[in-house]
Amino acid sequence: MSIMEYNGGSVIAMVGKDCVAIASDLRLGNQALGIASDFEKIFPMTDRVYLGLPGLATDVTTLREQFRYRLNMYTIKEEREIEPETFAHLVSSTLYERRFGPYFIEPVMAGLQRLPNGGYKPFIAATDLIGCINFAKDFVVAGTASSKLFGVAEGLWEPDLEPEDLFETIAQTLLNAVDRDAYSGWGAVVHVITKDKAIKRVLKGRMD
Amino acid sequence: MDISFALTGKGYVIVAADTTAARSIVKMKTDEDKIKVLSPHLLMAFSGEPGDTLQFAEYVERNIRLYQIRNTYALRPPSAASWIRRSLADSLRSRRPYAVNLLIGGYDTSTSTPHLYWVDYLGTLSPVPFGAHGYGSYFGLSLLDRYHDPEATLEEGLDTLRRCIDEVSKRLVVSPGKYKVKIVDKDGVREIEL
Repeated sequence: MSIMEYNGGSVIAMVGKDCVAIASDLRLGNQALGIASDFEKIFPMTDRVYLGLPGLATDVTTLREQFRYRLNMYTIKEEREIEPETFAHLVSSTLYERRFGPYFIEPVMAGLQRLPNGGYKPFIAATDLIGCINFAKDFVVAGTASSKLFGVAEGLWEPDLEPEDLFETIAQTLLNAVDRDAYSGWGAVVHVITKDKAIKRVLKGRMD
Repeated sequence: MDISFALTGKGYVIVAADTTAARSIVKMKTDEDKIKVLSPHLLMAFSGEPGDTLQFAEYVERNIRLYQIRNTYALRPPSAASWIRRSLADSLRSRRPYAVNLLIGGYDTSTSTPHLYWVDYLGTLSPVPFGAHGYGSYFGLSLLDRYHDPEATLEEGLDTLRRCIDEVSKRLVVSPGKYKVKIVDKDGVREIEL
């Protein structure tokens, strides 16, 4: 029994053309027993930065509260909202603070980075439970279904997908991967972030 | 071995917990109250490690009361649940964590809505329409999946609770005999005989 698999749950993020998407399942379990089918693991940090927190459910809530606090402090101090890349380093250092007694979470981030010319660049990243960052150009996965997500995403993802196509790709990747994982599933939620809006869609999934 | 159930309905939350206090294979007591009344509109069923349970429940009870005295109004259910969760989450990473599982049921008088929270000893909190802890969850949750109705009247809610308790009595090897049932609604907390 691994503590990382105690509550179940998975998150995936993908890069598209001038957009990013991040999606997760909605299951909260106690090992094989399902407790809730509306447990969200993805939280908006700013309008353009989203954070997914798969792993031990108590730490999902604790870290969400922790990041809300730290982000508010950052915003007050800097008088501007945080950029995704800076946020990735904030996540990393927050986790590394607990190097020898970690939070059992493998965060996934997705956002749009503001460029000096006023445009936006898609940004995704994931870290391990002690904050080692993985900057990826295509997609990142985490959670109990991560191995399955890797396989399906590798097959379905392609470069420069438009927001609607990216939504379809990430939704099908997640839905099909979690069906092969007993600890993930029970519905899903997808966020697609573009420069002028972020769309949230709640998906139905297999309830077994 | 403790069993607790809770379910919401139209304008109420029912919280039920068995009344046996056992040690090893011996029943020490059969009228133990495992549901604390935290405030006029807040209930908490607790189970887990004997000793930790009551100690933690009293700690919560007094802090909720302290808040009420200091601010002249009680914490609303979502805020109370968040505070209790944080206490357990902090305790988890201390030298000697509390091993206590909770079902927090409350009625928010300002929005007129019932609230129920499932909390475990790790500090996992989830708002649920119905919940259970202990061996009862293996029998009760599937029945609640089938029969629970968030718009049910109190009598219908109690019928659903009876189904759960009857199933536990029928199928569980070491089923407890008696349950304490408390209800919280717009009129506050009351205890009933099932």
